[in-house]
Amino acid sequence: MIPHTPDSLAASVPDGALVALPPDNSLPSVALARALVRRGAKDLRLLGVPVSGFATDLLIGAGCVAEVQTSAVSLGEAGFAPRFTAALKAGQITVRDATCPAIHSMLQAAEKGIPFMPLRGIIGSDILRNRPDWKVVPNPLGDGVSDPIVLLPALSPDVALIHGVMADEAGNVWVGRRRECATLAHASQRVLATVERLVKGDMLEDERLAPGVISGTYIEKVAVAERGAWPVALLDEYAFDAAHVAEYARLAKTEAGFAEYLDRYVFNARAQAAE
Amino acid sequence: MIKLEERLAASLARLILDPAAPPARHIAVGAASPIPAAACWLVKKQGHPVRLSLLHKRTGNPFSEGSRELFDLTGQGRIDLFFLGGGQIDGKANLNLVGTGEWPGGSPQGGVRFPGSFGSAFMYFMTPRTILFREEHSPRVLVPQVDNISAPGVSEPGVFRRGTAQALVTGKCVFAFHPDRARFSLTSLHPGETVDGIRAATGFDFDVPADVPQTPDPTEAELALLRGPICDEMLETYPEFCARVFDRKLAA
Repeated sequence: MIPHTPDSLAASVPDGALVALPPDNSLPSVALARALVRRGAKDLRLLGVPVSGFATDLLIGAGCVAEVQTSAVSLGEAGFAPRFTAALKAGQITVRDATCPAIHSMLQAAEKGIPFMPLRGIIGSDILRNRPDWKVVPNPLGDGVSDPIVLLPALSPDVALIHGVMADEAGNVWVGRRRECATLAHASQRVLATVERLVKGDMLEDERLAPGVISGTYIEKVAVAERGAWPVALLDEYAFDAAHVAEYARLAKTEAGFAEYLDRYVFNARAQAAE
Repeated sequence: MIKLEERLAASLARLILDPAAPPARHIAVGAASPIPAAACWLVKKQGHPVRLSLLHKRTGNPFSEGSRELFDLTGQGRIDLFFLGGGQIDGKANLNLVGTGEWPGGSPQGGVRFPGSFGSAFMYFMTPRTILFREEHSPRVLVPQVDNISAPGVSEPGVFRRGTAQALVTGKCVFAFHPDRARFSLTSLHPGETVDGIRAATGFDFDVPADVPQTPDPTEAELALLRGPICDEMLETYPEFCARVFDRKLAA
């Protein structure tokens, strides 16, 4: 069997797919985002779970994205996301604003196989006014007329892209304490994962590892990508590469600078060999 | 020499400890908030019993279900205090974290796009106390009315809400918020600021008491904590902030 690579995984993501990515502090597969850029993916609809960071800005800059649903897009200490901002200004993408717990709740509804999930707050926010798919009803378990509450539809991404620490022979992926990634995996039609390394055996047989495992039930394919979260952090394995993200933010201010970034870090042979 | 960031952290810490406000037993700090995080550490390192949950702590993160757990805790009322800011803040304590002009993202003619609402549209309702913090104090930030409401300062009667803004701290002054009349009042002026200067820099109307004191300086003990053990705690999450304010770099 030929082992999967980030590029072979990216080849299986169709144009137009609803692609979910965790934020920079919660195990996005940046390796798969780079591979999607190399494949020339088009019209992706990205979902930030619940916010978006480096990988989203990269995909937008490379012209892979038609729409972003998210609660925020930022590069953390490196500031605003430059390609997101530019694409929005140029009318190249649309953004559907949500608010963090709403995205978690919509995924939880999908995870449970129910049509909606209620959530407090939000009423009186223009976010709600711009989300015709979100409804306000009186609490049906109250007196039926007072206590308005927001209902959010279930949301099931076509594909989730996660970078875990390790995968085992049973196809399980270990994400440590980042168990919100398990909710994302449960809610998604497909999960494509990259990992730092492969390990023998079945992590679900190990009581200490099992709580940090996303069961292979939900994982479609795994590829090894060392430092596959880079330049963002991976648990206690490696830190956020602030210098690199600052360099990205500087280059990505202009289209020419962004193209230079892609040449250097996404398209060149060494960058590909590293993945 | 007291840096503005140190003064702001000490001011926030005093607001956290305000005896007139409900107790802050569990405080959460969200993304990109080094000064609020420093303020919380100051409260904790002074020996006050408080649980701190810093959402962006990489090693030893307080949550085992990420930010979802933060929102679930807050939904239940287990988080007593949170910090919010905004690209625009108006006189009714409405927050705009999404952008200016037409609904940002709805059209290319939209004004300036901000990063987005994060969890503000939920947290502002569900936390008993919110301290608003925005270092830039200018008419473009503190506006008569926000272009878009990400999170409203007050709600219609009947809408479930545990609290709203307690105060707004800026680079120039401290305001208190009065939800009963949906207005801010000036609490204290940072050194070198005047009431007229604040009026000129503020796009919204606010109440001014007869006597507005100066924001107290951080004490020597507070400064020593900020520059020593608190910087140690923050180096991993906020390396650029620590380098800039405390002149300290993470050991390679």
